[in-house]
Amino acid sequence: MKIKKGVPLIDQHDKNFMYGGKFGGNFIPETLKKPINDLTKLFSKLRNNKNFLKERDFYFKNYVGAPTPFIKLENLTNHLGGAQIYAKVVSEANGGAHKIYNATVHCLIAKKAGKKFIVGDTGAGYAGKMLSMAARKFGLKCKIFMGAKDIKRQRPNVEAMKKNGAKIVPVTTGSQTLVDAVSECMRYWVSNCDTTHMCVGSTVGPNIFIKICAWSTAQISRELILQVKEEFGKIPKKLKLINCVGGGSSAMGFWNEFMDTNAEFIGVEAGGPTKSKLHAAPLTNNSKIGILHGAAQYVVQDKEGQIGSTESISAGLDYPGISPLHCFLKDTKRAKYTSASDEAALKAYQLVSSLENISPSLEPSHAFAEAIRIAPKLSSSEILIVDSCGDSLKDKDIIIRKIGSYSR
Amino acid sequence: MKSKISTVFEQCKMEKRPALITYTVAGDNSKNNSLKILNSISKHADICELGFVHNCPIADGSQIQNSSYRALKNGINLKDTFDIVKKFKKNRPEKPLILMGYYNLIYQMGENLFLKNCKSSKVDGLIIVDLPWPENKKFAKKCKQKSISFIQLLSPTTTKDRIKKIINDSHDMIYYISMLSTTGGKLKVSPKKILQNYNKIRRVNPSKNLVIGFGITDKTIKSLKSANGLVVGSMLCKSITDSLKMGQNPVTKLDKVVYNLKNKIL
Repeated sequence: MKIKKGVPLIDQHDKNFMYGGKFGGNFIPETLKKPINDLTKLFSKLRNNKNFLKERDFYFKNYVGAPTPFIKLENLTNHLGGAQIYAKVVSEANGGAHKIYNATVHCLIAKKAGKKFIVGDTGAGYAGKMLSMAARKFGLKCKIFMGAKDIKRQRPNVEAMKKNGAKIVPVTTGSQTLVDAVSECMRYWVSNCDTTHMCVGSTVGPNIFIKICAWSTAQISRELILQVKEEFGKIPKKLKLINCVGGGSSAMGFWNEFMDTNAEFIGVEAGGPTKSKLHAAPLTNNSKIGILHGAAQYVVQDKEGQIGSTESISAGLDYPGISPLHCFLKDTKRAKYTSASDEAALKAYQLVSSLENISPSLEPSHAFAEAIRIAPKLSSSEILIVDSCGDSLKDKDIIIRKIGSYSR
Repeated sequence: MKSKISTVFEQCKMEKRPALITYTVAGDNSKNNSLKILNSISKHADICELGFVHNCPIADGSQIQNSSYRALKNGINLKDTFDIVKKFKKNRPEKPLILMGYYNLIYQMGENLFLKNCKSSKVDGLIIVDLPWPENKKFAKKCKQKSISFIQLLSPTTTKDRIKKIINDSHDMIYYISMLSTTGGKLKVSPKKILQNYNKIRRVNPSKNLVIGFGITDKTIKSLKSANGLVVGSMLCKSITDSLKMGQNPVTKLDKVVYNLKNKIL
């Protein structure tokens, strides 16, 4: 298995839409074949259409607010000693997280497809919040599927969705988290695919959704590679790009433009509570390949193939599967994956929020935990860049419950 | 040798009625009862579909999800499922049994071992919800080699060109999904419209056995009786749920429900 140079990663699949012959594909009910084929054709036309690209860039600049800041975390660097730590503050994007890129592009596509309704899933609530925001902006009616457990633990984002006029559909089946929200959203689409466009909130699901999402979040690294060159004059020899991975959308976007460079990629999964056997880290814990939500991927499951329960303090990472693109990057050894525990993520949130002007949500706090762990062991010639892809405000309740206070 | 599935359709054609196809879930509401239910409803049903449970079913509505949840809670697994089939087929060797489920369970067991188990428990056919054509070509071929029918699905969104190709690769039975819906949705298309689509597909190859499923209940089954076969699933799962709520015996309840369904299409 090998990654081709000079070819976008999302296009490195075979005729069955499998990456490395093993990951991805379209394991979908017959009813979705045509809508997915239609969407695949439309997207491949649009991504080569200059006017569409202009439109995308216009909204990324004027609506999302590109570029997001690239800053040095001087205090954290000094505090830890060792590697130089930087952050790409993607949480400065409109709405407070990277999910706005995918949401904006999906709304633009839905308009081109002549659809008036858009539906999406959400875990941490960011994908839902952004989709509801973008839907309002582009005049689409919006429905968001969200696990009942997540509705309780991510209240601020739920409020935001309501304000944006979206209908929130609580999902009470199974674990009542992201995995069930994605299933329920897909079921809804099976029943309404003639009138409704579906947005999958991460780089998961049938191939076309992986493609659209990764293509959208790639904006992060398009900005970053320029910012890095401006800061260092070139791409530093010893550069590590650290990102949390749940479904894997922000990491894909953060790494994409650096694919053919020497930059090292480190993906940090949700290790769950230290005391629990449960986790949401299929790559770190060598889960087997299985089919989840239409795609083959490493997935937390039992021997028979029943999808396993996961546990993480971070709703956005609390997902048993992982993007087929990350499976591909793992098996080709292009990226390394590890996990951080709930406790390590909380500590990282505290440390970063107290020392710096940014306050990462619990998802990127997993990435910061890894940066904090390795930075002291590295020399000052090493550069670590962490994708701070979400803001802690949505986690206020959880943080107060866990450590007694919240500061931002 | 003619398959049991083909034989049943021939017989039903002679009797000028559609085949009644039931769907229940292995392990619902218990391992024993699901076998008892099969034994009892197969007096009236022509073909029995048995669901092997997956906990992430992206095409199933709430009724079948409830049944799956009950079955999983009872600790159902593939070994038990094959066991139920084996016992059922021992009791009714001529009654075709079709297993229905999602691909991940087959993928984990391995296609070959799964088919070996199907063969030894005398499964007659397979419906794999999330393994569409052409991705299913290789597996369908393996099924054929083992004389197990791989049942292709068609839906209202399947294009004309695709319909032809799928029918061309089909075995003893083809399943037409009546409308854009998960299982058990309310029939949102008129039976007349469903039959119009159905007949269009039939004309592509009139010799194929084409059945209709999704949204069929005791209220709608009569209006669709010109089809080769009709599948009732969610209504049966709901009947189990209802019988449990009312403290009734799900086995006798389902026997009655399927008997009534059969009478409506005679």
